[in-house]
Amino acid sequence: MAFIPHTEADVAAMLAAIGVERIEDLFDEIPPQLRINSLGGVPEELNEMQVGRLMSERARTDGTMLSFIGAGAYEHHIPAAVWAIATRGEFYSAYTPYQAEASQGTLQLIYEFQSMIARLTAMEVANASLYDGASATAEAALMAVRANRKSKSARILVPTTLHPHYRKVAVATASNQGLRFEELPYCSAEGIILPASLARYDGEDITALVIQQPNFFGRLEDVDALTDWAHAHGALAIAVVNPTSLALLKPPGEWGMRGVDITVGEGQPLGVPLSAGGPYFGFMAARLEHVRQMPGRIVGRTLDVAGREGFTLTLQAREQHIRRAKATSNICTNQGLAVTAATIYLSLMGPQGLERTAGAAHARTRELLAMLTRIPGVRSAFTGPYFHEAVLQLDRPAATVLKVLAREGILGGLDLTGYYPELGNALLVCATETKTSADLERYRTALSEALQAARAA
Amino acid sequence: MSNVPPDLRYTKAHEWVRSLPDGTVEVGITDHAQHALGDLVFVEVPETGRRLKAGEQCAVVESVKAASDVYAPLAGEVTAGNPKLAQEPETVNAAPYGDGWLMRLKPAPGAIASAALLSAADYQKVLDAEGS
Amino acid sequence: MTEPVIFEYSRPGRGARDQWPREGGAAAESDLPEELRRRRPPALPEVSELETVRHFTRLSQLNFSIDTHFYPLGSCTMKYNPRACNQYAMLPEFLAHHPLAPESHSQGFLACLYELQEMLKAVTGMEGVALSPMAGAHGEFAGVAMIRAYHRARGDLKRNEIIVPEAAHGTNPATATMCGCIVREIPVQREGDVDLEALRGVVGANTAGIMLTNPSTLGVFERGIEKVAHVVHEAGGLLYYDGANLNAILGKVRPGDMGFDCMHMNLHKTFSTPHGGGGPGAGAVGVAARLLPYLPVPLVGREGERYRWLTEADLPQSIGRLSAFMGNAGVLLRAYIYMRLLGRDGMRRVGEFATLNANYLLKRLQLAGFDAAYPQRRASHEFIVTLKRQARELNVTAMDFAKRLLDYGLHAPTTYFPLLVPECLLIEPTETESKEVLDAFVMAMSQIQKEAEHEPARVTSAPHTMPVRRLDDVRAARQLDLTWKPKG
Repeated sequence: MAFIPHTEADVAAMLAAIGVERIEDLFDEIPPQLRINSLGGVPEELNEMQVGRLMSERARTDGTMLSFIGAGAYEHHIPAAVWAIATRGEFYSAYTPYQAEASQGTLQLIYEFQSMIARLTAMEVANASLYDGASATAEAALMAVRANRKSKSARILVPTTLHPHYRKVAVATASNQGLRFEELPYCSAEGIILPASLARYDGEDITALVIQQPNFFGRLEDVDALTDWAHAHGALAIAVVNPTSLALLKPPGEWGMRGVDITVGEGQPLGVPLSAGGPYFGFMAARLEHVRQMPGRIVGRTLDVAGREGFTLTLQAREQHIRRAKATSNICTNQGLAVTAATIYLSLMGPQGLERTAGAAHARTRELLAMLTRIPGVRSAFTGPYFHEAVLQLDRPAATVLKVLAREGILGGLDLTGYYPELGNALLVCATETKTSADLERYRTALSEALQAARAA
Repeated sequence: MSNVPPDLRYTKAHEWVRSLPDGTVEVGITDHAQHALGDLVFVEVPETGRRLKAGEQCAVVESVKAASDVYAPLAGEVTAGNPKLAQEPETVNAAPYGDGWLMRLKPAPGAIASAALLSAADYQKVLDAEGS
Repeated sequence: MTEPVIFEYSRPGRGARDQWPREGGAAAESDLPEELRRRRPPALPEVSELETVRHFTRLSQLNFSIDTHFYPLGSCTMKYNPRACNQYAMLPEFLAHHPLAPESHSQGFLACLYELQEMLKAVTGMEGVALSPMAGAHGEFAGVAMIRAYHRARGDLKRNEIIVPEAAHGTNPATATMCGCIVREIPVQREGDVDLEALRGVVGANTAGIMLTNPSTLGVFERGIEKVAHVVHEAGGLLYYDGANLNAILGKVRPGDMGFDCMHMNLHKTFSTPHGGGGPGAGAVGVAARLLPYLPVPLVGREGERYRWLTEADLPQSIGRLSAFMGNAGVLLRAYIYMRLLGRDGMRRVGEFATLNANYLLKRLQLAGFDAAYPQRRASHEFIVTLKRQARELNVTAMDFAKRLLDYGLHAPTTYFPLLVPECLLIEPTETESKEVLDAFVMAMSQIQKEAEHEPARVTSAPHTMPVRRLDDVRAARQLDLTWKPKG
């Protein structure tokens, strides 16, 4: 099926109007040696019924696991209304709002989204979103280099407690433009960056410091001290945050004495399903003085010729379609549908709903940790404050244990061995408000048995 | 037909230069340039004290449809950036040769001579060739 | 017909209470140190569920969309987004699937991605495909980064110039800069093809590559493409294909056969994943054999009957990871479903009917008196009409026509791109539109032409039936109002 409506009569009439005999004649400018007659390697078409069966089989093959993993993608309840509205044809099949009069729905929604993100992060201005949290972090580093005029080094300090994939994406995205990412080791007892460890950079030209809160381990960093250190040393402070956590945690606009300069993060927890890794969205917010250095789209409110309020894309002169080689970035999109869902989600949740979600997720994790650390051979890696995620150390390899749990249909967490070998048999676990006490008990039993089996082997 | 005051000097990049009595020069963009850009929404001028080489990018003028770099017409030190333009960028459109000046420079020794600035007549030829 | 901003509905204490967890933040509060806690709740709107549903439903009704209007935006490929793609990509198991789930429990999902990789290789004539770039521009970035990596690996460190035709989409030069390259622009000839002499003058030992679209952004096929490939390859450079216009040649010509070494595909254009008001797209990349080692990770591989992730360990020379997880996975599933629905014959018909519709529309508009930018050329899947005569004689511009079309219930074509053609409309009907829709478009354009001749004010002050009319862009950029604040 190719959704082509033409009848044979239509085709005949159209060919006659054009003045050719066959459709093939329309390709006569293409050198014949380049033309192919059929596509090998592509299967025959399926109709909807057949495709439906195929996809249902594939979905059944994977099933659904009982999930206790976060690591940058978090399972939260998403009210049905969110995607019922986000997939309305008028949102789903609308284009980028370049013709403002025909796109006031999308434009106003983005304006509302920008406003909500600015308030959530306590920053002055936000853009219409970037691809995901990882690429947003890379863009924040590039933005810091542009915005920090006094610094020439393009050196960006990045904690090793920042999500390992985010660090990789930052290097892959920004190294070609001369940025140098330097890793800050964390304190292995505490699981955070000790502000004192920054002393070795005193007197050096550092362009920006990245701070993730909560960090990849779920631990809470000393964000005030880190932010103030950055500012005292002529560096910009870049915050990477979990948006749900901001219902309970101090927002980056209030870190340290004057707040951070740029905030980014992964927006997926706000009404976007796990969906095998995407599409998610990266949010970005900043101080107003840096707005012209922000990549991506921005919507502004203005008046029309009749004095009516309306919304339009603005500050476009920074963007690729005008500035071309000198653009702030090559980005040509935002994560429209995901942003639509997040805006509806935040409206349904409001400040109280978001606070309850954050609180309940943390409570579940706390309960889970209490249960699991009572099992012999299981202990918490770090003792300090955390938010809804934590690292456990086991007396047997995490990979072995996870395999056994997987056979029970339980996704027990992320094996950290490959990322942080110094932590030994370490497992990153997370429980959200979607888990019941029965779920936690099921995990506890399965883990206990898996460890016993591993010891016996 | 754009305005090209005869008593100023020009560059091919549509900047004008005015010699001031105290030996400094004043720099801005021409009427042709402001017209091509349209209503300016933002102007960034260099900080006082900055040393510029001839041809170095030193300012940005931005409208809704374009953002253009402005280049130093000659080598020198910035003695002033026009403070009015941060709040009222439209001044450049209204008075490109007057209140809409972008910056003032103290020319480096020999800079004016080696800048090979165009006379008004020669700049007009540049405009004619571009077909405006 | 305006809809207030959601904050204006907010009332303290209101909310969709039934959607919130029952317990509050007590456990967390006792765990979180005082100095790290938020002091005041974020000022998000406090509205009921019905108010939320009404508000966003009404907002949606202010939009034009493919589901409601003909949307002939050139270079955007606004074809029907099949509902089946959405339904099956959103099966509960796919939605609940965590990106870091073990391979043992991801075989169904991985099979879909693997087969998508294989089908994309087949339609493009490429040897390898990676799916993680999250947009066309992101794919371009990956492509140019791979070209640089290729030259560097061979010790060819001077190659840092990317050639781009002056008609190219803005992302091309922006991407080149993001990759640390210098942009060299070359002109296009009167008939729309790249100027070969100019190209010969610009290639050399510093050439990393050239970025081209074919058919080009001017809506015409680059007839000398094989010569262009030869010139660039001879000079040691590589060819990058911007896949934005793949819809024109789907099933008829393959970029790999034209000599391209590297490309991106816009899955949200050619493969009909939703535009979503500006995203999320997906910019899968394809490469010829010599660039295989540099593909961005992760990819999906197969060993016998089992699928697995291929990561940095498998591709040590990869340009690296470009997304936290597997790119826009849900979008990839939609593209997979679409390609399975099309099948091999369907893809060929896409190229054929997209081209038929464009040529028919071009012919009818010419007969109605409009000027084609390249009247002596065949249209590809799109073509350019220039209104410079109307601008000169009637003082009515392409933008005025675009705005007036909205009153006729038609979304305007792309205006002012490519920058080369003054007062242009770049028109791409796509293959999913019927003859009647195309005829109605011609009628509307003819009507507007008449209006331009007899009562031009009606056109220059359009649109008249939209919620807003000619928004003040200058004011928007000068008096920045980017977040809502309560009045007073």
